[in-house]
Amino acid sequence: MSQTTTEKSGAAVKAVEPKKKVVLSEGKRAERKLGWLLCAPAAFIMLAVTAWPIIYSVYLSLQRYDLKFPDRQEFVGLDNYVTVLSSPYWWNAVWVTVVMTVVSVVIELVLGMALALIMHRTLVGRGIVRTSTLIPYGIVTVVAAFSWRYAWTPGTGYLAELMGGDPVLTEKIPALAVVILAEVWKTTPFMALLLMAGLALVPDDLLKAAALDGASGWQRFTKVILPLMKPAILVALLFRTLDAFRIFDNLFVLTGGSQGTSSVSMLTYNNLIKGLNLGIGSTMSVLIFIAVAIIAFIFIKLFGTAAPGSDDGGKR
Amino acid sequence: MAGIGGAETTAKKTRWGILNAVVVIYALFPVLWIVSLSFKSKETLADGNFIPRDWTFDNYSNIFATTEFVRALANSIGIALIATAVAVVFGTMAAYAIARLDFPGKSLLVGVSLLIAMFPQVSLVSPLFEIERSLGLFDTWPGLILPYITFALPLAIYTLSAFFREIPWELEKAAKMDGATPGQAFRRVIAPLAAPGVFTTAILVFIFCWNDFLFAISLTSTEKSRTVPVALSFFTGSSQFEDPTGSIAAAAVVITIPIILFVLFFQRRIVAGLTSGAVKG
Repeated sequence: MSQTTTEKSGAAVKAVEPKKKVVLSEGKRAERKLGWLLCAPAAFIMLAVTAWPIIYSVYLSLQRYDLKFPDRQEFVGLDNYVTVLSSPYWWNAVWVTVVMTVVSVVIELVLGMALALIMHRTLVGRGIVRTSTLIPYGIVTVVAAFSWRYAWTPGTGYLAELMGGDPVLTEKIPALAVVILAEVWKTTPFMALLLMAGLALVPDDLLKAAALDGASGWQRFTKVILPLMKPAILVALLFRTLDAFRIFDNLFVLTGGSQGTSSVSMLTYNNLIKGLNLGIGSTMSVLIFIAVAIIAFIFIKLFGTAAPGSDDGGKR
Repeated sequence: MAGIGGAETTAKKTRWGILNAVVVIYALFPVLWIVSLSFKSKETLADGNFIPRDWTFDNYSNIFATTEFVRALANSIGIALIATAVAVVFGTMAAYAIARLDFPGKSLLVGVSLLIAMFPQVSLVSPLFEIERSLGLFDTWPGLILPYITFALPLAIYTLSAFFREIPWELEKAAKMDGATPGQAFRRVIAPLAAPGVFTTAILVFIFCWNDFLFAISLTSTEKSRTVPVALSFFTGSSQFEDPTGSIAAAAVVITIPIILFVLFFQRRIVAGLTSGAVKG
């Protein structure tokens, strides 16, 4: 009930002020004030934990700062950026990240679409299908990663036995394939749910009309469903792309970044926690931030109104 | 997909049945495998069989006998519950304002939360590590709760404001006209209507906090605040020279149980919550 009291006192305080340039009614001002008050805690925490650290990490990235030699901290300008950007490890990590992101998002989109169609149209057992697909979404990534690791480890694993007992996780390409498989398994259901919500917006009448006009199932899918689902697909793609960029849990458990399978997140973590090199770690943080900002910007520029959040005020 | 307008024949049903079965197996296979591992005895752990030949609860009794696991479980539960509570309260306030009130800066707030939803969390690891060390928050509960709240807030704000837009707010006015005080109107009319949305959001936020690994491994260093996913990756078995596979599997199953319960009981709500905020555009 504190909300109503602040509303009243807010209005009272404002009412005392001179009323020259007042265009807003008292009720309007009280509404503004209440709006700000209600949003303040959320806005404050979000900015304090993201904006401030990211600015701080720009500062750190310009320092030589190794926690093993804290006395030798000094301003070094862009030296850290030169070090990182000329390092073959960094570029390998960039490629690993890009390849994993592109491959897993493409597979997820195709599988997710199939899964969405199944969940949307199935005649039997809809509840069971939806419930079981939520399990990969909800399960702790580390748990799933351990399951895959043991499945692929010769000796303990059923999958390794099936593949002839080769140690898959100790070679770069097969190990990456396993990481992608684990990512795809975990996140396809989320993709499917987003796409299913888009499917629900496709009017049945339209599909019936298309069927009457003689459109085949495939034509109905490509000519009617897909265009109508474009916004949902783009939202799903955007979120999954940015998310795949942060692949960490699966890699940590499955390969630990060995055999050149480090993603940029993994490399940053290793430099910071294992290497205790704050300067280099921060430099990588800043570079990742810039990369993600560019990707998000391109997506939003390309697809404009399709981005979530641009719809606010639609139905208040 | 040939299901449109056709008669629901048995053949079709069978086909859907098979497709559904494929989906269910796809979703459950890795889970069943880790469950199977957790019930295997030490001798049969490495036989690669999908179904244990020799069932045992030893792995479970072993992990619950170590402080390493019990402590981590307590940390996980405490941190996730506190972060969820705070994020849901602040998220509800902000979402109410976004859905119901008109004030400048509203679209800015929506924009900021969208940006944070897309924010690369790994970028925060280095600065937060340093900031938390100097503030004495490193390796404490608040040190993890704060970033969790931050990244849960956009999720909470989006989901809740989508829910709040659907509430028939005229009912509040009607109740007041019938002589209810604002407090009564809120308690008797609005709160019951808003509760399902808030509850759904709480589940989603809890799953997010429960799941996190990156912050948990970077911002903790001892048992004091390590959560289960991190403790798992450091497991060395209940005695030092033992293969930890069985213990890891058992611990993994234990932290999967809440997720399975949520999914079983609140499937419909989780689906509604995940899709409500996302597809409006």
